[in-house]
Amino acid sequence: MIVAIASGKGGTGKTTVAVNLAYLAARSGRATAYLDCDVEEPDGHVFLRPEIEEQQPIEKLVPTVDPERCTYCGACARVCRFGAIASLPKQTVIFSELCHACGGCRLACPVDAIREVPRTIGILRRGHSGEIRFLEGVLNVGEAMSPPAIRAVKAAAPKDAELILLDAPPGTSCPAVETVRGCDYVVLVTEPTPFGLNDLVLAVEMVRALRRPFGVVVNRADVGNGRVREYCAGQRIPMLGEIPDDRAAAEAYSRGQMLVEAVDGFAERFGSLLARLVERKA
Amino acid sequence: MKVIVSAQGPKIDSLIDPRFGRARYFLLVDTDTRECSAHDNAQNLNAPQGAGIQAAQNVARLGAEAVLTGHVGPKAFAALQAAGITVHTGVSGTVQQAVEQFVSGGLPSAGKADVEGHWV
Repeated sequence: MIVAIASGKGGTGKTTVAVNLAYLAARSGRATAYLDCDVEEPDGHVFLRPEIEEQQPIEKLVPTVDPERCTYCGACARVCRFGAIASLPKQTVIFSELCHACGGCRLACPVDAIREVPRTIGILRRGHSGEIRFLEGVLNVGEAMSPPAIRAVKAAAPKDAELILLDAPPGTSCPAVETVRGCDYVVLVTEPTPFGLNDLVLAVEMVRALRRPFGVVVNRADVGNGRVREYCAGQRIPMLGEIPDDRAAAEAYSRGQMLVEAVDGFAERFGSLLARLVERKA
Repeated sequence: MKVIVSAQGPKIDSLIDPRFGRARYFLLVDTDTRECSAHDNAQNLNAPQGAGIQAAQNVARLGAEAVLTGHVGPKAFAALQAAGITVHTGVSGTVQQAVEQFVSGGLPSAGKADVEGHWV
């Protein structure tokens, strides 16, 4: 079962939820993998402190044009939705930093002048934290496009894991979509503030567009107002759980500790959240 | 020769659009005859990314040898340069004024992009 932990707003607690769920799931004997798909700023390792066993470059395939064959017809540039190709009268120029590596240009070329060559855009780190299988992608600084790196992380997910938790990047655009799509379930983490609600509504629109089943976790549940809960009730969105705004939890977080270990009552809270998630499958 | 001027409107007395990639219109002006044709750039104006690159491609395909505009980013500049088109930035006023200034030699070509890209 693949579960993505996502949110519209940044800083709502995606990583907190993902690592604590991973920890509890592994402790209860489930084969669990944690995949940090927030490749622009992966920070799940701060809590999981994994032992890294293997690192490999993440590559994306970018087009290269054979000037001997190219007729400058412009078919490649027309098919590129990302504006990464300039088809000039006597030259075809590729801007590979804008390329999403879809391969459309190679298929569109009528004279077979385009080849795809690998370009390193980041690094994939593989290891374990106790019984949790750990994977993270780290995008190179200066790379504009994270989806190919996210695809690489997801493709490396261990096939034998019973529960795969994807820590998603915030937002509702390509990186978040790339992470969430294909998942069995999506947990949207929010906070009960006007900002939290505004960005939750956007995240709900995204997840509905992708036709993924989802539910909501409210973090720092005692702050703000009741609008998030009213919205979820009105939209018939399952409320999966609440995490209180707890000083001991904030302190444990600031030391990079697992809440389920460090703070009384949190193992039960995350335990019931985990139970709700895995029961869905059964 | 033919020059492209980024413009806010489709006429020779329209104001310069200071943005190249996301200009409202491109006006193709023949510096010998002052003949002028307008080319809508709405598609790139609304593009999520790569507007400058696609604008440069369109300009090259229109047969222009120079671009007169306000600002050009690094990718558009690279594409224009690859097409052998000279870039003249910092232009303001109307299209007509820009063309006269260009013809009288008052607009030196830029050696590099004058603004940052939006993705870096």
